[in-house]
Amino acid sequence: MKAIQNNPQSVAKDSQIVIALAGNPNAGKTTLFNALTGLRQKVANYSGVTVERKEGVWNFENQAARLIDLPGLYSLEATSLDEQIARDVLTGKVTGLPIPDVIIAVVDATNLERNLYLVTQILEYKIPLVVALTMIDEFEREEHEINTSKFSKMLGVPVIAVTASKNRGIDELTQKVSELIQIKPEIDFELETDSSHSENAKIFARYNFISNIVQETVKHKDLEKHRFSEKIDRVLTHKVFGLIILVAILLLVFQTIFSWATVPMDLLEHGFGAIGDLVKANMPEGLLTDLIVDGIIAGVGGVLVFLPQILLLFLFISILEDTGYMARAAFLMDRLMSRVGLHGKAFLPLMSSFACAIPGIMATRTIENPKDRLATILIAPFMSCSARLPVYALMIATFFAGQTVFGFISVGAILMLGMYSLGIVTAIIVAFILKKTLLKSPPPPFVMELPPYRLPNLRNVFQNMLTRAWLFVKRAGTVILAISIILWGLMNFPRAGNVYVNTPNSQNLAEEQQSFQQSEQLKNSFAGKIGHFIEPAIKPLGFDWKIGVALIASFAAREVLVSTLGIIYNGEKDANEESETLKNAILDAKNPDGTPVWTPLTALTLMVFFVLAMQCMSTIAVVRRESNSWAWTLFMVGYMTALAYVAAFITYQGGKLLGFA
Amino acid sequence: MTNPKSNSLAHLPIGEEAKVLSIAGNSPVTRRLMEMGIIPGVSVKVVKTAPFGSPLQIKVRGYHLALRKSEAETIEVLSSKSKV
Repeated sequence: MKAIQNNPQSVAKDSQIVIALAGNPNAGKTTLFNALTGLRQKVANYSGVTVERKEGVWNFENQAARLIDLPGLYSLEATSLDEQIARDVLTGKVTGLPIPDVIIAVVDATNLERNLYLVTQILEYKIPLVVALTMIDEFEREEHEINTSKFSKMLGVPVIAVTASKNRGIDELTQKVSELIQIKPEIDFELETDSSHSENAKIFARYNFISNIVQETVKHKDLEKHRFSEKIDRVLTHKVFGLIILVAILLLVFQTIFSWATVPMDLLEHGFGAIGDLVKANMPEGLLTDLIVDGIIAGVGGVLVFLPQILLLFLFISILEDTGYMARAAFLMDRLMSRVGLHGKAFLPLMSSFACAIPGIMATRTIENPKDRLATILIAPFMSCSARLPVYALMIATFFAGQTVFGFISVGAILMLGMYSLGIVTAIIVAFILKKTLLKSPPPPFVMELPPYRLPNLRNVFQNMLTRAWLFVKRAGTVILAISIILWGLMNFPRAGNVYVNTPNSQNLAEEQQSFQQSEQLKNSFAGKIGHFIEPAIKPLGFDWKIGVALIASFAAREVLVSTLGIIYNGEKDANEESETLKNAILDAKNPDGTPVWTPLTALTLMVFFVLAMQCMSTIAVVRRESNSWAWTLFMVGYMTALAYVAAFITYQGGKLLGFA
Repeated sequence: MTNPKSNSLAHLPIGEEAKVLSIAGNSPVTRRLMEMGIIPGVSVKVVKTAPFGSPLQIKVRGYHLALRKSEAETIEVLSSKSKV
């Protein structure tokens, strides 16, 4: 016996105490988890599914325990993925995770009956359990009273009142948990049901048991609980004002992501530019320097530039979720969203995707049903994001500047509105088709709690924001780094020999020589060859091989189209949608037969293609991560690109038939 | 035998208290509704409906729950007024 105890393996096992936190959504579970673990936590997925696996280290009484934060649950027996995972954790079916030594059940004191339902289920797993009674200050403020010792006795497990944000009850909870680990009390819990033993009879028996306890131990001074919330709801979910306020909140979120975020984004962009210049200045000229500057720094920089938007969106989402407003937004929008078979909760992620699909797709995590979530992810990139703007802007500025309809409506504005509408309409149609075919499932049920309004917990908000940001940087960053290097390689190999510009009288010979060298390099590179190779396929869209190269490069990120066109046409590397020389170069470009490459119709076709095509490796990486499936990711890239091709084909050929060209 | 005075929750006037009589169906949604505490005998109240008539916001066991009209239709209730 002693020999076994001294076995180092069993010692290691003993030191690995596992404690699970379980509770209803909105019960204060996250606040408690953050208070117990601080920053010592990690977020991953349970293997093979998209359910988030949150684990932290809880240091107590000289030992470190693994604290598992189970997903928010109402029940352990219904069919949702979260509930299945929670069950697997409680029965030790998750690899690398033994059956928990103790469970802390988080119970919201202001919503006792429904919160206790889960506890009656957990008790059946016969794992030592302690109830952490949260929101007790709110409960007392509403002048309710609870006889905790009687409550604990009737339930058969210890009950500790905690207010995690004020550290109240944490020490007692710690003490109780370590006590339970030592004693390992036997749990014997069985409810009597009627003779049928049906599932329904079990539910009735549980609620009978609960009602009994609550009746005996709780005194409600004022039966009208959550009066404050009801008053706020009168305005926020009002048929008219509610919608107006929702729009106003969305505008604020957009304004922030769309325009205010540009300040830190520009800073980041310039910062990476400066780092690139610094490296260039301090390293010998050559391929390695080019790889580091143009491949790695530019590639990674191109991703990190999105970070301010992601941080800001998640700041808003966390606040909206923590206050309870998110559920109201879903409540207000569900009727509209359910028309296309989506859940009300899909509204916000889709709206966010107008700024950038990446945070939008990450925000779909609030949708529980995996099929609804996937459908939302698959249509989110149709929302015209900010990266498409430079492309639209360049095309409009070059071909439609100053034109008006009826003398006062600018053609540019109409085209802009048209591109946004095309994305929205396509998204609606695709969602409708997906929900009828591949992602066929009954219309998602909308049984959703409207939690009482509460002040957001700052710690939760910031922790959530940082976790998301870190996940994005870590996962998307690795994939993007690889793709950036590949793209750089495609555009720089094989090497073109030195070619010389033959305008010896030019004043800026050195500069012209460099840009000429660059466009020659591109022409002879693999990317250039691919451009030539796909030319027959894109010819019906009115695109030549040069536009083809720009299209290929823009699969890294849409706005890359502008800088690539810059390189192709005159080696103007820092081209942007405002640059006059690029506009002129585009207008001057000629086909071998002397006709212009670009016409207004080509520009329109290109814009249509950009609305619908999946050209953003950051999004691809995020979709892969969020859907946990390469098959769905490739499906998305495939169907979007096919759709873009068909729509561009119809635009160009239709336009030609109608006599535009 | 359905009670002639009973009605579905979807048609309960806003603000009126009622007791749940039964929940029809055997789907996961039915089960979820019961697990959320909507079982025979419990009192419920419709607080309001969303802008386009659905979903409904109801109050049950002291908390607020949103559910679609189609889901509310499966819940048979007896209004406290009809007892008088």
